[in-house]
Amino acid sequence: MHMKPTRHVCLLLLAATVSPPQPVTAAEPTAAQQPYQHWHAENYAIEQPLGGLVGVPERGRAIAGDQHRGNCLACHELPIPEENFYGNLGPPLAGIGSRQSVGMIRLHVVDQASFNPETVMPGFYRAPQQLNRVAPSLRGTTWLTAQEVEDVVAWLATLK
Amino acid sequence: MIKTRISLSLLAVMLAAALPVQAGPVSGYDYLTPDMQAMQNDEFGNPGMLAVEAGEQLFSLLGDNGKSCASCHGEQGEKLDVHRLARYPVYSKALQRPVTLRGRILLCRKDRMGGPPLEYGSAQALQLETFVRHLARGQSVDVDVSGPMAPYYAAGEKLYHTRYGQVDIACHQCHDYHAGQNFRGQVLTQGQTNGFPVYRFTEGQVVGLQERITQCLTNLRAEPYAIGSPQYLDLEIYMSARSNGLKIETPAVRY
Repeated sequence: MHMKPTRHVCLLLLAATVSPPQPVTAAEPTAAQQPYQHWHAENYAIEQPLGGLVGVPERGRAIAGDQHRGNCLACHELPIPEENFYGNLGPPLAGIGSRQSVGMIRLHVVDQASFNPETVMPGFYRAPQQLNRVAPSLRGTTWLTAQEVEDVVAWLATLK
Repeated sequence: MIKTRISLSLLAVMLAAALPVQAGPVSGYDYLTPDMQAMQNDEFGNPGMLAVEAGEQLFSLLGDNGKSCASCHGEQGEKLDVHRLARYPVYSKALQRPVTLRGRILLCRKDRMGGPPLEYGSAQALQLETFVRHLARGQSVDVDVSGPMAPYYAAGEKLYHTRYGQVDIACHQCHDYHAGQNFRGQVLTQGQTNGFPVYRFTEGQVVGLQERITQCLTNLRAEPYAIGSPQYLDLEIYMSARSNGLKIETPAVRY
């Protein structure tokens, strides 16, 4: 993020041509979403996979690193060395699979605010009817699909 | 003696822990890299000055009745009271409602210059606001939210603490709790208003406060309010008063 051109003219040109790291953007909605899969949390965990789906860790890694999908790097340091920028609003997640059960990780991704109301972490599978003033094109949808959530959870669980 | 020392050091620790809460507002300028600060400080290098210059031209543009802003306020706006500029948004007794600085300029153009009226969200309105606000650079923000302004301030405060969009975050959750931390490659600021309208490096243009809130809400995957809407007016009043005491930097340079 530290750009150090020698002249301001360079900065001006850069501003016009380079797109610097972008914050979360309202990406086009993901493919037609399945009906919302209801979930149940107990003891700070969702034990049952959403919709009984099986997550694929490799896909989860790609979703976590993609700023138009999971965008986890916006706030967390993750073992994805090919991505240069990460935020530090949330804790680093290396080793999260040793610190939390799969069920706990799942609840954190799905809806952390359900047990930590002032968290800045978005609920990636929060019930759409609980959301306020969602962009019209995204209404009724979740940020990630149930399958994407399971993929991300499966990958995070491998970070031992 | 030792006891005193221990309690003194304990006090020091407690004071240090309490500081972030007690510290006053911090300008977004303080979160910039030295490069970016230098860019803002340099009259010729600050790209926001292009909007100031465009606004200065418009300041002398004649309205339909043959008058321009400059006819009353001076060629360079030198007859404007910079202390009063720093007090916007203000409550207009005549209109029985609050008025932003941009709103005041547009009213003047419509009523005193015979139009044609400018849209609140137009580029010209933004440029005029940038030029006029720039005149008050260095003045302390001094917004009075007592009396008739109180309900608008309260409404703005409520909106500031309302979660929006699919991301489901309220303004205060980032800007009150996490200022100074990194959001991907950007440093989060307190979201203070003293630099507005600002030149946004990531946009490559000058944006006003309401345009900036629109960008934030869009990033939250929310439906933004309309520029000039009552909700944005409330937010602008709350956020401006939240910046009271900070020096006006218009046009500030920000990410």
